Amino acid sequence: MQAHLRVRRFDPEEPAPQPRYQDYTVEAEDYFTVLDALIKIREEEDGTLAVRCSCRSSVCGSCAMRINGHATLACKTKLTDASKGRDVVLVEPMGNMPVVKDLVTDLQSFWDKVWAVEPFLQPQGPVPEQEYLASNESMVHLTGVMNCIMCGACVSDCTVLAVDPNFLAPAALAKAYRFVADPRDGASKERLRALSQYGGIWDCTRCLECVQVCPKDVAPMDRIMTLRDKAMQAGYTSTYGARHTIAFSELLKESGRLDELRLPVMTFGIFNLPRMLSLVPVGLRALVRGKMPPIFHRAIPGVEHIRRSFRSAEAKR
Amino acid sequence: MPLTADEQVLRHDVIVLGGGLAGMRAALEAARGGADVAVVSKVYPTRSHSAAAQGGINAAFSAEDSWEKHAFDTVKGSDYLGDQDAIEVLCREALQDIMELEHMGVIFNRNEDGRLALRPFGGAGFPRTCYVADITGQAILHVVWEQLVKARITCYAEWVATSLVVQDGRCRGLVALEMRSGKLHTLEAKAVVLATGGLGRIYEPSTNGLICTGDGMALAYRAGAALMDMEFTQFHPTTLYPSGVLITEGARGEGGYLLNSKGERFMATYASQRLELASRDVVSRAEQTEIEEGRGVNGCVLLDVRHLGKKVILTRLYQIYELAHDLAGVDLLEEPVPVRPGTHYQMGGVKTDVDGRTSMPGLYAAGECACVSVHGANRLGGNSLLETVVFGRRAGKAAAEEVRQVPFAGLSSAPGRDEHAHITELLQRGERGGLRSAVVRKEMGNAMREGAGVFRDSEGLAQTLETVRGLKGRYQKVAVQDKGGIFNTDLVSLLELGNMLDLAETMVVGGLARQESRGAHFRRDFPERDDINWLRHTLAFYTAEGPRLEYAPVTCVRWQPERRTY
Ligand SMILES: Cc1cc2nc3c(=O)[nH]c(=O)nc-3n(C[C@H](O)[C@H](O)[C@H](O)COP(=O)(O)OP(=O)(O)OC[C@H]3O[C@@H](n4cnc5c(N)ncnc54)[C@H](O)[C@@H]3O)c2cc1C
Ligand code: SF4
Ligand code: SF4
Ligand code: FES
Repeated sequence: MQAHLRVRRFDPEEPAPQPRYQDYTVEAEDYFTVLDALIKIREEEDGTLAVRCSCRSSVCGSCAMRINGHATLACKTKLTDASKGRDVVLVEPMGNMPVVKDLVTDLQSFWDKVWAVEPFLQPQGPVPEQEYLASNESMVHLTGVMNCIMCGACVSDCTVLAVDPNFLAPAALAKAYRFVADPRDGASKERLRALSQYGGIWDCTRCLECVQVCPKDVAPMDRIMTLRDKAMQAGYTSTYGARHTIAFSELLKESGRLDELRLPVMTFGIFNLPRMLSLVPVGLRALVRGKMPPIFHRAIPGVEHIRRSFRSAEAKR
Repeated sequence: MPLTADEQVLRHDVIVLGGGLAGMRAALEAARGGADVAVVSKVYPTRSHSAAAQGGINAAFSAEDSWEKHAFDTVKGSDYLGDQDAIEVLCREALQDIMELEHMGVIFNRNEDGRLALRPFGGAGFPRTCYVADITGQAILHVVWEQLVKARITCYAEWVATSLVVQDGRCRGLVALEMRSGKLHTLEAKAVVLATGGLGRIYEPSTNGLICTGDGMALAYRAGAALMDMEFTQFHPTTLYPSGVLITEGARGEGGYLLNSKGERFMATYASQRLELASRDVVSRAEQTEIEEGRGVNGCVLLDVRHLGKKVILTRLYQIYELAHDLAGVDLLEEPVPVRPGTHYQMGGVKTDVDGRTSMPGLYAAGECACVSVHGANRLGGNSLLETVVFGRRAGKAAAEEVRQVPFAGLSSAPGRDEHAHITELLQRGERGGLRSAVVRKEMGNAMREGAGVFRDSEGLAQTLETVRGLKGRYQKVAVQDKGGIFNTDLVSLLELGNMLDLAETMVVGGLARQESRGAHFRRDFPERDDINWLRHTLAFYTAEGPRLEYAPVTCVRWQPERRTY
């Protein structure tokens, strides 16, 4: 079959480097992945096309890029799937990081953030002579996160990182989870404290993007949510994020629905004047548009059911 | 201004070339030994091909097993070409190294009692392969990388080494091209440890990643170090059509069947005892025979795991379930997947002793690029990850010890400048539309598969040698289209091709000379093993006219050669 690819090119050595798009037509076999097509272009047509790749089997993490607008591995994306319903397959470098050349991006900030979570086991106590004894379940579930190949796809498409470069971002946080959840690690509490800081677990907006693009089913956002849970259990409840979560559940337990007047007060604290004042314009706008929450908040009928659900969920912890 | 040469010389006591398992393990140990260490790797370490190892890593520690049994299986698997002193080191130290990996953080699968679980693997008398689902290599590689981060070891990632620097017969460092900047750097070291992995891309198809081009072996060879047993290349019995991507031996370890076009488990004819779990060379030849005798399916045989059930397939074989789906469009729960033999592993490499010392002072080697020799004529599954950690550690330790007594030579940046001149000349060669390196590489790959593949004979080997030599001539005319300095992968492909052509020549010359069949080297014209004349290692030395061969004895301390049946 013939496939058409539109590749974003960037040559840093041009006098005034500008990204541009270049179209290629490839004579492709049915089994081709997008990477096969790019390699064919590079080998037969245009040796100047820069792309990282090695394993061809989704384990080395080299070939993450945006295909039709979403980050993924080129070696895991079948060309037939990528061309379905389109005239041309759009191939671009990952987002949220500088481009070095063509499809090659600079991953320095990616690695810096992974390093920032101290990505190594910090065992407690003396090292046993044999292996650490641990149940298979407590270990095997971690292979889900160990599946991460550090490709960067999740970071490329993270919506928070796009507006806040300080965010540790999904890959580093998933890596952090791997240690927090490891029964052999002795630094979990310290890790959770650090992760609760600005730029950490509370800054994710749960947009699901990282879960959708991750080619290895690592589900970073789910890991971040578990970290939040663990952080609160470990007593790190004074961050806005944690307080917001706690207030949210307390209010629900009370009345079965959110009391939007008390939520910010409980999250930020009534004596946090700057934060309280910063909310005044929001309140005024709500008032003007008739969206002011009721001053007298009433419980919904059947709130008992909700309380019961909370109790049983908490008992299961 | 495209390529440049760095005027400054970078200095480290020990430079490890290669960021795979062997390299990082060596670097960690050298750092523990007090040396200032740097790793140079052409890809970020976690992208090394060690990540692709799916099946597992061997250590004999179940109650009924012992290191002696492991050693015997390895000797037998090697078709008696492995050096038994080295194999003893490998098997004795296995447990200690695996426990250390566990302590570093590897999440091995466990038994009910919380201890490490073992799975059966080809050529082994007992289940003795530790594993992490089917991502063993990746899981270990990432954990060793974590330790590298913890130890704050300098890593020059995406730097491609182009040559070794030798002065007065001693290796003094290397020259490397930094991809990001297009700069050629001179790096001085008191000792260099090569850990550049395999050379599978010499063949087409191969289970190896595109970066497995044998660079370290070629650099050492051209610098004057001895290569050993280069004619021994392993063909893995289960690779996907057409990409050559591997289906782990774990699939057969878990109980998968190999079927021919008639639906027969044909291994019964070739290895009545061990069936699908016979040694890899035996299974590959059986498949090739079935295919050549017309009982194949489109040049393949079928691997069937359906009877193992959904649970086993989706948990313990999940990665291959995905690969079969992504790359062959096959749902393993529903149908068998076509597989065929493909190049997988290079038993031969830079000759070393059990502490990684090569024939050149100051130069060490470990991992797949080295030949200690523990695999002899055929490697057993699960033994090479083991080799990387055992001999990586030993080489790192020995290098750190040696450098305490060695001063720096005070290299100038001349080696980098010379390389710069040489590469600039390469870049100017040819124009757009000229001969592409991929064309030459593919011709080499096909010639090697046909003439130096699963079955060989003198005619085919001679023909292949002629082809390879012809390609070396054409290599001089290959054009580099990319004239830039930054991330010039076109240039790197050319350098890699040059390395592969040199090595291909040593492999064919060695194979032509070896008039017997042993392990993975099967000569149709000499189908028997010949211990009287050929129980010896082939050494290859570089000369401008092609490799010069010498031979060295095999160390047989415990077990004398016996007939090998499975
Ligand atoms: C698909 C597959 C599955 C396998 N499964 C198993 C298994 O289950 N069990 C087992 O025991 N073995 C297995 N093996 C074999 C085993 O994985 C390898 O032999 C082993 O990982 C090699 O490790 P290494 O450290 O020597 O090399 P690699 O991991 O290949 O690392 C080589 C390093 O050298 C660097 N390098 C190379 N050239 C240059 C250069 N010019 N300049 C700078 N750096 C350079 C690379 O960047 C890389 O970091 C498998 C192999 C393959 C291909
Ligand atoms: S869910 Fe959170 S971490 Fe994931 S992409 Fe969205 S904001 Fe980023
Ligand atoms: S979490 Fe997934 S997408 Fe993110 S780096 Fe790891 S493998 Fe890639
Ligand atoms: S080439 Fe390795 S992940 Fe795609």
